[in-house]
Amino acid sequence: MKIFTYTIKDDKGLHARPAGLLVKEAKMFNSKITIEANDKIADLKRIFAIMSLGVKFGTPITITIDGEDEEAAAIALEYHIRTNL
Amino acid sequence: MLLLKGDGASCGIVIGQLVVYNHCPNQIPHYSIEETENEIKRFQKARQNAISALQNIYINALTEVSEENAAIFEVQQMMLDDLDYINAIEDIIRLQKVNTEYAVNITAKKFAEIFTHMEEEYMICRARDVHDISNKLISCLDGKKTKQIYIDKPVILAADDLTPSEIIQLKSGKVIGLITAQGSANSHTAILAQALGIPAVTAVTNLLTNAIDNMTVIMDGSNGSIYLDPDEKTLTSMSEKIDCKHHREKQLEELKGKPNITQSGLKIKLGANISSTKDLIAVLENDADSIGLFRSEFLYLNNKKLPTEEEQFASYKIVAETMAGKPVVIRTLDIGADKNAPYLKFPPEYNPAMGYRGIRICLKQPEIFTVQLRAILRASAFGNISIMLPMITSVQEVQDVKIIFASVKTSLLQEKISFDKNIKLGIMIETPAAAIISDDLAKEVDFFSIGTNDLTQYTLAMDRQNPNLGSFFNPHHKAIIRLIAQTVENAHKNGIWVGICGELASDTSLTKTFLDLGIDELSVSPYSVLAVREKIRSLE
Repeated sequence: MKIFTYTIKDDKGLHARPAGLLVKEAKMFNSKITIEANDKIADLKRIFAIMSLGVKFGTPITITIDGEDEEAAAIALEYHIRTNL
Repeated sequence: MLLLKGDGASCGIVIGQLVVYNHCPNQIPHYSIEETENEIKRFQKARQNAISALQNIYINALTEVSEENAAIFEVQQMMLDDLDYINAIEDIIRLQKVNTEYAVNITAKKFAEIFTHMEEEYMICRARDVHDISNKLISCLDGKKTKQIYIDKPVILAADDLTPSEIIQLKSGKVIGLITAQGSANSHTAILAQALGIPAVTAVTNLLTNAIDNMTVIMDGSNGSIYLDPDEKTLTSMSEKIDCKHHREKQLEELKGKPNITQSGLKIKLGANISSTKDLIAVLENDADSIGLFRSEFLYLNNKKLPTEEEQFASYKIVAETMAGKPVVIRTLDIGADKNAPYLKFPPEYNPAMGYRGIRICLKQPEIFTVQLRAILRASAFGNISIMLPMITSVQEVQDVKIIFASVKTSLLQEKISFDKNIKLGIMIETPAAAIISDDLAKEVDFFSIGTNDLTQYTLAMDRQNPNLGSFFNPHHKAIIRLIAQTVENAHKNGIWVGICGELASDTSLTKTFLDLGIDELSVSPYSVLAVREKIRSLE
């Protein structure tokens, strides 16, 4: 199990395009991946679920990854989130 | 005359005839289904067709607008692929034993609800996306193809609202303006219309009750005013506004072909900065003397893998040939952790601006660098190409590059592939280090180009995109001007030329300073070339 936290720096928050790019990234891995924000949890491979979390600039998020390819997924997702959000 | 008000979504004033576009919302059929699994298959087939249709639209959109703006079509595809959405529809089909159209429609309403109850206006607009994809799905049922809007007269289009797919197709017709009853500054209408350069006004709530086909209408995309059936006075004053704009455009037109020379005879070259081969037309139309900066990153970004030598060669060759002997300075790749090239798997960095990027990548992963150098060298046989290295901080870096460069040239010679043996090698001066040791660097290269954007950030230790820094960030800071002056002095002492390719080059309040300092070339956005030429010619 891999976990990392991050605070959103993009002033537009997690809107449609970045949510879509995140889903695209997450779908490359088999592991179960979730995002927790504002006391809600969503599957990182489901775009509507992510968008409905209402993640804004300054929102802390927690990404949890569990599965065979969790190492690779953690590195890729952490990098993706740090550089795009 | 009737004055309607909406949101200015894409600027520009146009006068024209109105065409009202009706969507004709069809009744959603609702009937029972016995063989639910067949109906599921019918749904899945339509879903796949809708996704394919969006893929085609996305690819075409990339030729018209930027990747960021075309992304909406990718997001719509992902929505159609979302498990929650798909499961919701299939559940309704199976449990209620009803047809796909009905199941999709109910699901669309449910999902749209989630967004309409959110705080941000941006999120509320996403409800629209849910309806768009659902309607697209329904229209793809049973192998039907969605009809396109094609308008072949220059008209102003009025509609309740348009889907992104419909807007992106407008350019191929002759729509000169767009007015919608719905939408907002955050809607696709605004974003895509701007990207396509079509004036647009959205949120004109009483539009459809007042708009009639063939009406004369004036629209101002900046302030959202719509004049239906304008009176003489309005027609005259708005026509004057349009004329003023055309006059300015004509004034600049007249500068084409004129030399960049001050009234006392001081000369300077004017080049253009381009980001891809698509910008070439603008370079020629705006009469730039050269391409002072050809950013090669576009070949590496928006890609699923590294561009091959052939792919790169093709692009560099087109630019070299199109410029027909005018100089083209190709900057080697300046990608890093903060640019979108995920296939390179760069480790995440906390400070990408000061990280593994530019020449550092090329020196540490020379296999990437040699491919690019080979492609550029091969293209040099077809025009006047020079190479420029980004992010240089030391003489050592330049010398290390020269070793790689020499071996690439040797290979090409052995393979009997022609290239310009006198090709010039220059560097960006965009780090304080480079500016300060520019006397040493000038002995190693054939030219400098000052990248003022990054130079300013690193010198002031400020992020130019940080809204909190406001007035602290001074692009005219004495330190920057001093570094530029020092760089020019060192360059000329060593017999090499120096240009500026950063944003400061198009700052006409500094043109005189740059001329006085002895800058040899200003390279600016193609759309700024004529304005800078005007400034130069107006100076003493």
